[in-house]
Amino acid sequence: MSRVPILRIADVLVVTVNGDIDDATVTLLGDDLAAATRRAAARGVLIDVSALDVVDSFVARALGDVARTVSAMGADAVVTGLRPAVAMTLVEMGVTIPGTRSALNAERGLAMFGITVARDGAAPAHGPRGDGGGDPWPRRP
Amino acid sequence: MAPETVTLRTRPDLGRLRARLRELVPDANAFDLTRALTVASELGRNCLEHGGGGRCELELRAGPGPGLGAVPGVRTLRLRFVDAGPGIADLDAALAGGRSTRGGLGLGLGGSRRLADDFRIESTPAGTCVTVALRC
Repeated sequence: MSRVPILRIADVLVVTVNGDIDDATVTLLGDDLAAATRRAAARGVLIDVSALDVVDSFVARALGDVARTVSAMGADAVVTGLRPAVAMTLVEMGVTIPGTRSALNAERGLAMFGITVARDGAAPAHGPRGDGGGDPWPRRP
Repeated sequence: MAPETVTLRTRPDLGRLRARLRELVPDANAFDLTRALTVASELGRNCLEHGGGGRCELELRAGPGPGLGAVPGVRTLRLRFVDAGPGIADLDAALAGGRSTRGGLGLGLGGSRRLADDFRIESTPAGTCVTVALRC
């Protein structure tokens, strides 16, 4: 069991889940994120799972619980960076991460909260693509 | 390779099982490895939560597993999960999924069956044995 560090970017909390996450760590992460959401008056939480090569049904459900918890508090949750192999495995199993939205990577996840990254003074990378540039929290139709 | 055994008593043992799997097939492609790690996690957790603990036997063999065609260089990972728990009363319902008794038996069991290339289960009131084969 270990604690996952929580970063704050503007009013969004960001965590990167590293390596092989165990059951106790993912449960603790939920508690920590809920407490930090209140403390920071966060608008959302971004959970980057790009380092994980396994997300089983327990971890998927735990991430869904985190999303529902922060949602009940008035914040939104985005899961970013799901690897292709992990995404395919979840689909094959018929497992979803309920209550979360997904983004291809952390940068696009932040863009969902209206936080954009400019490179060398250029326009934000996601802007012209239209994936989140206008409405900071676009809803699915 | 002769089968080796990982004892499953507590949640951290699931991490040890995954670590052993990674060591066993360090060169597996990402999709095969993720599939194997996920099946090991699901069935190992069932063993802990519903079987009161047990063991996993791991074995890596050259060649295709049951029901698979011969592909050059293919290896088959065989995982056998054994527990002495009360068994699964309604196996069909458990395998069909969606009937989560104590947190995900349906998804874990049914999901593992969908992920594995071969899946066999025997469950009696004296215990449960699940054997899966995956290319790796």
